[in-house]
Amino acid sequence: MALRSGVGFLRLSRINQVFRLLSTHSRPEIVQNGGLHAEFPGARAPYVTEIKILDENSYDPIPIYRVLDNNGQVIDSKEEPNLDKETLLNMYKTMIQLNQMDKILYESQRQGRISFYMTNYGEEGIHVGSAAALSSKDMVFAQYREAGVFLYRGMTVTEMVNQCYGNHEDPGKGRHMPVHYGSKQRNLVTISSPLATQMPQAVGAAYAFKRTPNNDRCVICYFGEGAASEGDAFAALNFAATLECPVILFCRNNGYAISTPTREQYRGDGIAARGPALGLRTVRVDGTDALAVYNVVVRARELALGNRPVLVEAMSYRVGHHSTSDDSTAYRPLEEIQKWTQDENPIQKLRLYLESKGLWDAEAEKTYSKEARDLVVRTMQEAEKKRKPHWKEMLEDVYYDMPPHIQKQMQEMEKHLEKYQEHYPMDQYQKE
Amino acid sequence: MASLTQRVLNLNKLFKRVNNGTKRLSSHFTYFPDNEKPVEGEYSKMNMMQAINNAMDLTLKNDPTAVVFGEDVAFGGVFRCALGLQEKYGNDRVFNTPLCEQGIAGFGIGMATAGATAIAEIQFADYIFPAFDQLVNEAAKARYRSGGQFECGALTVRSPCGAVGHGGLYHSQSPEAFFAHAPGLKVVVPRGPITAKGLLLSCIQDRDPCIFLEPKILYRSATEDVPVDNFTLPIGKAQVLRQGDAATLIGWGTQVHVLLEVAQMVQDKLGASCEVIDLMSILPWDQETVFNSVKKTGRCLIAHEAPLTCGFGAELAAAIQAECFLHLEAPVQRAAGWDAPFPHVFEPFYLPGRWRCFDYISQLLKY
Repeated sequence: MALRSGVGFLRLSRINQVFRLLSTHSRPEIVQNGGLHAEFPGARAPYVTEIKILDENSYDPIPIYRVLDNNGQVIDSKEEPNLDKETLLNMYKTMIQLNQMDKILYESQRQGRISFYMTNYGEEGIHVGSAAALSSKDMVFAQYREAGVFLYRGMTVTEMVNQCYGNHEDPGKGRHMPVHYGSKQRNLVTISSPLATQMPQAVGAAYAFKRTPNNDRCVICYFGEGAASEGDAFAALNFAATLECPVILFCRNNGYAISTPTREQYRGDGIAARGPALGLRTVRVDGTDALAVYNVVVRARELALGNRPVLVEAMSYRVGHHSTSDDSTAYRPLEEIQKWTQDENPIQKLRLYLESKGLWDAEAEKTYSKEARDLVVRTMQEAEKKRKPHWKEMLEDVYYDMPPHIQKQMQEMEKHLEKYQEHYPMDQYQKE
Repeated sequence: MASLTQRVLNLNKLFKRVNNGTKRLSSHFTYFPDNEKPVEGEYSKMNMMQAINNAMDLTLKNDPTAVVFGEDVAFGGVFRCALGLQEKYGNDRVFNTPLCEQGIAGFGIGMATAGATAIAEIQFADYIFPAFDQLVNEAAKARYRSGGQFECGALTVRSPCGAVGHGGLYHSQSPEAFFAHAPGLKVVVPRGPITAKGLLLSCIQDRDPCIFLEPKILYRSATEDVPVDNFTLPIGKAQVLRQGDAATLIGWGTQVHVLLEVAQMVQDKLGASCEVIDLMSILPWDQETVFNSVKKTGRCLIAHEAPLTCGFGAELAAAIQAECFLHLEAPVQRAAGWDAPFPHVFEPFYLPGRWRCFDYISQLLKY
């Protein structure tokens, strides 16, 4: 990215370097090696005598792995994962719970009860399929549309709703916008808004794991296809490959980054095609098929634990609006959304599969949906009543120890509030 | 062949002249070595590069999770600060990364998040800006946004900074003020081998992410007796290097040596005694030491290589004005780089050198 002068910068007068620069032969001493590999250090490739310019059509598109068809039927029986009843139900129930939470919290934002929300519609299969394939010790770096992973890991609806309300029971102490969840004991790294920043961080965390004796932990990093355009995404893919880190880089390709369709995001064969180009094991999967995602992540995890990083691209469709600040019908047709809601719905696919196995039926669906809904509503009512954290939390945790200048600022605010507290919403916050 | 040899010799002659030229340019200060011994124990002569190398060596020896990485650190680094460390500790602990600063910073944050000690090198502070997002939006805010659940305090980013005589726009910058505006980071600049070792070890062991800016001109030119064992100097504490009552001179990095020389010039030519403070920590900075000194002297000059407008001197001047208003006998003065990119051939005119500082102090004393 810039002139790297380095040692030469300090030792301009190295005579041998100068000599080497000037002493070019007019005729090479070795014979031409015909079609053999060239000896450039930068690539191992043969010579050719014909110009062949490559483009995005020079390779076949990377195929999309699937296990279930649209009716929830297993297409190739040897690909059916041997998931026990408990796991399958846990996966499905997590999807329902997430779906109910999305519906109610989305509405509560519309009513002005929380400031912001982002739904997960259409991507629930990605969350539970991948989360079920991981160990609870594996560290998760998420973007923001992976709430199902948090739920599957055991984060409670109460904790998540508390985060959205920023009340005093939010482990993040009300400092972050809604849906920026995090849970240390469940190895779910706190979400931050800047896109793709978590990607090289995930690679670094994986490197730290790799260095621990008898490592049995990997890192999974979720990101959208839009975030993959950030410089940090390239950094992460390249660092993961060259430093051989136990990491799964998991792309959710849902067709849109806010209003920007993939056509305006990239011109290659999606995100997956970048993997082999950088020396990563790569696979593309149907993200509406939770079992396919499960199989892929199980395999990716095995490779990753052998310090072979893997890029996974899960194809899906963002059924909901980007966020509560977005109306997606301004840039895409309603029919397109409906098609993906009806025919390619990940929840429906898994339900049909469970029904065909005799593990679920309409009655169970009705009962559990109501339970999931009631839990969210009840939790919200409780979360709403809880006070926000004490205002002093605003200045805690900036540093491990509070430096004198921040202590001074806290005292200044304290004195100010003694005089002018009636102009602040004091009753909504915890007191000493 | 004869003509070729002649050309090489001519080129060599040319380079020698360039080198002589740069030597002339780079002597904008006289180095004042530290004579006081901060701790008991064995001492050994080291230049600043060796002191930094020694600090990383001790860290790698004592902390099995610690790693050192960046561009070209495996063979010892372009300034040789990591010399011999890969041979000693293995290529999984001291290694090259791809050439990508945002990747280096992000990778280091991730390592620290997972509990390892990460010592990242950005080859020149001029190239730290691609990592600005990772450092300011991520490293600085990690503990705060997670409610203290996650943090990356075990990350230290080392980077050579400051004027070097001929570095031009992109091998001379002093970016400390950009980072001083980011709550959650610590920013530290040493003035020589002893402070480099003591402060770097503090940064590495500190529970907050630190940016350690090493004035590259001092790597080889500064030599001192440095404690051989592990020792630390406190972050957030300034040092008074010369006592005085006529004016307080505040600087950091190489500029401290300019100010020490200027204090002597002022003593010799004007008969006034200046107090010289090395701030050492930019964020958080030592308000107590600075305010006490200015309250005593009533006059203050702040000097830094970075440009004047919104340089860290502005923060100091505003705080001193607010805290020492009744004690000030003259406006707080700032000697800084001009508000231009750092130029190549104009470096002697650009830097706040001894004569510019002397000029400002003369005016301060007459005010």
